[in-house]
Amino acid sequence: MSSASVDTERAGATLHLRIGGSWDLEAGIPTLDSFAAELGKGPTDRVALVGDDLGAWDSSLLTYLVRLDALCAQSQLEVDRSGLPEGVRRLLALAEAVPERSGARGDAVDEPLLARIGPATLTSRDAGREMIAFVGEATLSFGRLFTGSARFRRSDLLVFIQQAGAEALPIVTLISFLVGLILAFVGAVQLQQFGASIYVADLVGIAMVREMGAMMTGIVMAGRTGAAYAAQLGSMKVTQEIDALRTMGIAPLDFLVLPRMIALAIMMPLLCLYADVVGILGGAAVGIGMLDLSPTAYYLQTNAAVTVGHLVGGIFKASVYGVLIALAGCLRGMQSGNSSSAVGEATTNAVVTSIVAIIVACGIFAVLFYVLGI
Amino acid sequence: MGEAHITVRNLTMAYGSFVLMRDLDFTVDRGDVFIIMGGSGCGKSTLLRHLIGLIQPAKGEIWYGDHNFTAAEPEEREAMLRRFGVLYQSGALWSSMTLAENIGLPLGEFTDLSPKEIREVASLKLALVGLKGFEDYFPSQISGGMQKRAGLARAMALDPEVLFFDEPSAGLDPISSHLLDQLILELRDSLGATVVVVTHELASIFAIGSNSVFLDPGTKTMIASGPPRELLAHHDDPRVQEFLRRGEKG
Ligand SMILES: Nc1ncnc2c1ncn2[C@@H]1O[C@H](COP(=O)(O)OP(=O)(O)OP(=O)(O)O)[C@@H](O)[C@H]1O
Ligand SMILES: [Mg+2]
Repeated sequence: MSSASVDTERAGATLHLRIGGSWDLEAGIPTLDSFAAELGKGPTDRVALVGDDLGAWDSSLLTYLVRLDALCAQSQLEVDRSGLPEGVRRLLALAEAVPERSGARGDAVDEPLLARIGPATLTSRDAGREMIAFVGEATLSFGRLFTGSARFRRSDLLVFIQQAGAEALPIVTLISFLVGLILAFVGAVQLQQFGASIYVADLVGIAMVREMGAMMTGIVMAGRTGAAYAAQLGSMKVTQEIDALRTMGIAPLDFLVLPRMIALAIMMPLLCLYADVVGILGGAAVGIGMLDLSPTAYYLQTNAAVTVGHLVGGIFKASVYGVLIALAGCLRGMQSGNSSSAVGEATTNAVVTSIVAIIVACGIFAVLFYVLGI
Repeated sequence: MGEAHITVRNLTMAYGSFVLMRDLDFTVDRGDVFIIMGGSGCGKSTLLRHLIGLIQPAKGEIWYGDHNFTAAEPEEREAMLRRFGVLYQSGALWSSMTLAENIGLPLGEFTDLSPKEIREVASLKLALVGLKGFEDYFPSQISGGMQKRAGLARAMALDPEVLFFDEPSAGLDPISSHLLDQLILELRDSLGATVVVVTHELASIFAIGSNSVFLDPGTKTMIASGPPRELLAHHDDPRVQEFLRRGEKG
């Protein structure tokens, strides 16, 4: 069978359009150029379609005819489809049966810069307000925990504690050991020049306990647990499980967010303490293996350098980071849209939000501790 | 005419600035099986979400008895919510809990029953929807139709005064769907509940509906209300007739 063809034939003010050959999407859709050119040649008020030579056809023909229709409607021409096969006519009628919903089609036009800045500003103001409202509600929910009226399942809490605690140990071990190792390496190269290698123990000890232990655990948990929280709550939203809680009169914040927040607030300090120890061991591995320090000397030096104040400060930070991670994960999950791609986005947003929150909090703590002289 | 249970006054539903329906005005009597009808995408589920308070009306009010639900304070609202049972279009079972726990959760929250009693009640509700023995299955381990039935069992957990169903028979075979219709009537009679159902199924509409409202996306409002059989017999709007008589010609 020959390929798709469209021939025009003029009879007075009527333009006959002979549609023939076999129409195949894979062979492409013919353009309307020749037809438009023919239209321009003389006055026309009617277009008659003739499909006598039409072979096999598929959506390419329909698409062509829809385009043709639009063009004819523009120049207010009458289109006579009676010469087309029954099947083609019926499909076209079906496509036209339901009128387009006004406002349903997205506007493709590029808006001017100012018109885009306005809504974007309003959106970010709303997002900020939503975030503050969420933090407020979470605080109230935390308050209900102490008055005993918060409703959640204790067994859920235990599961979250298990997930955020024991199951996070391997990755926390790996990361903090390596961080201790890296710190020691970087310090060792410098300190060796002055024959002060023993101070590697101070460097690693103080850095781990004051900052890096809490921070690295926070970042690991943001990627691991914060993201999981966002994904869990996001998909619960998609499946209407959150709606179901709400209509049962169970506050989703108490039932879903509170146990997650508690789990992280309890487990983060413990993980941080653990990370501190593992990090110091990482430092010791370098000190003992590479700098030929004796284990006892390294231990004594660390012991003298690290104070209880450092330790408590670090652990306190870790629990704040824990709450921040849980809040960010749950907030993004609850804000998620109703589709699987929205859940993916919520997960990404959760990680970004929690890491930003951790870094900002870390900065605030640095200033605060400095002012307080800790 | 019975006593009005749900009154919708002058309700306008909108997503942002996109108005879906306006000027909805209807009453659901106590003990009615009230059907919300209309083509796909016209806003039936959205109307249901307004009735159960998941969306606030853009305009208008919803009353339950002589309580204004739209303007209720949080505590009053929560108390009203507790008397609702909702079956969602997708079942919406809590996926981290077994079926028995799903049904037991509201019982545990709002009654003083012991765990053993809660489990007994949960088993009973599951048996009512034909899921005896599935107490310890997770939602992911049962089929879509079974999830829907389990969702119904959960909706009935607290013996609610109003039951809302979003397309209860979608995904069920004709026999199960007939049984579900029977169950809905049974529940209405035994609990004295008012039932609001969103459905397309003509068989269900005529079998169980005692009153209805018909939403039309073209005019963005309700174009008919009344008992489905009367609409079929007397309503002269072609859109209503086409909806109620589809399948008759074919
Ligand atoms: N979250 C939303 N944001 C914006 N528009 C929405 C949203 N949810 C639904 N809509 C729009 O509202 C309209 C009505 O949706 P709804 O789910 O109420 O339809 P329905 O009558 O229940 O349809 P169906 O019978 O297919 O379930 C749809 O056309 C949809 O485009
Ligand atoms: Mg729906």
